[in-house]
Amino acid sequence: MIAIIDYGMGNIHSVNKAFQLYGAETIVTNNAEEIRRSKKIVLPGVGAFDEAMQELKKRSLISVIREELVKGKPFLGICLGMQLLFEHSAEAGQAQGLGILKGRVEQFEDKADLKVPHMGWNRLQINKKDCPLLKDLSDSPYVYFCHSYYPIPVDNDVIAATTNYGKDFVSVVWQNNVYGVQFHPEKSQRVGLRIIENFLALC
Amino acid sequence: MLTKRIIPCLDIKEGRVVKGVRFLSLRDAGDPVEVARLYDSEQADELVFLDITASYENRKTLIELVEEIAKNIFLPFTVGGGVTGIDDIRNLLNAGAEKVSINTQAVKYPDLISEASRKFGSQCIVVAIDAKKERDNWQVYINGGRTPAGLDALFWAKKVAELGAGEILLTSMDYDGTKDGFDMSLTKTVTSAVNIPVIASGGAGKLEHFYSILTEGGADAALAASLFHYQEYSVKEVKRYLQERGVRVRL
Repeated sequence: MIAIIDYGMGNIHSVNKAFQLYGAETIVTNNAEEIRRSKKIVLPGVGAFDEAMQELKKRSLISVIREELVKGKPFLGICLGMQLLFEHSAEAGQAQGLGILKGRVEQFEDKADLKVPHMGWNRLQINKKDCPLLKDLSDSPYVYFCHSYYPIPVDNDVIAATTNYGKDFVSVVWQNNVYGVQFHPEKSQRVGLRIIENFLALC
Repeated sequence: MLTKRIIPCLDIKEGRVVKGVRFLSLRDAGDPVEVARLYDSEQADELVFLDITASYENRKTLIELVEEIAKNIFLPFTVGGGVTGIDDIRNLLNAGAEKVSINTQAVKYPDLISEASRKFGSQCIVVAIDAKKERDNWQVYINGGRTPAGLDALFWAKKVAELGAGEILLTSMDYDGTKDGFDMSLTKTVTSAVNIPVIASGGAGKLEHFYSILTEGGADAALAASLFHYQEYSVKEVKRYLQERGVRVRL
């Protein structure tokens, strides 16, 4: 059973459908017990960092997510769900994140030749070929992005792929059982579905 | 590097595709899911679903339809038409829309843009601007192009960007349906004034129209409806043409 955490931050339905496409048993939930019982956790999300943390807090989900991740349960954070893994975000002052990964979340610099949000199809430059999530992808596949913020990990070792938009930013992170993608696999056609399949194949 | 996007638009009326009748290859050309699937296979970058009766008749976009599309198509899509408030936006996003487009209500209650972008993030809030040329400027129209809003389109474009819109869907009412090409002057004026992505819409008729609006016009994406519906060109043909001329596209 895969727990897709529903904390009122959108996008749940497409994520759920993408997993079900491969016959995965999913449960869309905000119940701590169900999350504990699940085999894997997916944290989707679009929207504001601060608001997302408040919604998780309201549902008393912060400690259960932390505990399950520390235990080694496979976890996939998508877009905002990936950003929440970090310690804090420049969005809305200095909102605190889950702090699973060291680092912060920053906004793209607003300059003349760089439109914000970064919206559309862009390439992944995969630098961790052994990352199980990115298995069997071409070297620089196109995926769909839709975001204004991006993570800056402290530890370069967690960077599995980057993407160029004005500069190279981190688009996939990986640390043991914890995976995070800045793009939307559920909206990235075949490439995205392959990533979802890869996540399902994790033990 | 980010690619330029080609976006087919599907007008939806009572849950059915309007203008889709020429899709002879499809079992049911009025079925939004089937048409969306076809565009998906043609490498469309995104889709836009516009509930064309919604705003006028004050109907809400059918959530079930959005769910059905999201279940079948793993491509980003925007839904617009009849969006009245925060709950509406939340429901559409939860049902699987990547972005929600607001038009009339954004003009009536500009605070909706800031509130929605604060709540859901700028990246999923699209403001649709229907503009029509007047002497020296462009007038914004609402209610599906029926009512002049008394707003200058350039002023409004800057304003919505300031309020937190993540994208502008800019339709030229003068060029829409003419197939004479996108409105270069309007598009250029807006793209050079705002720093958020702009989708140019209205007037696509030839391959070179896409090229010029995405290069000279500064548009980030180009939208067309009937050109694709009537299969004059496929999305793939447009993208190949662009690629051959050095425009970065996903193929």
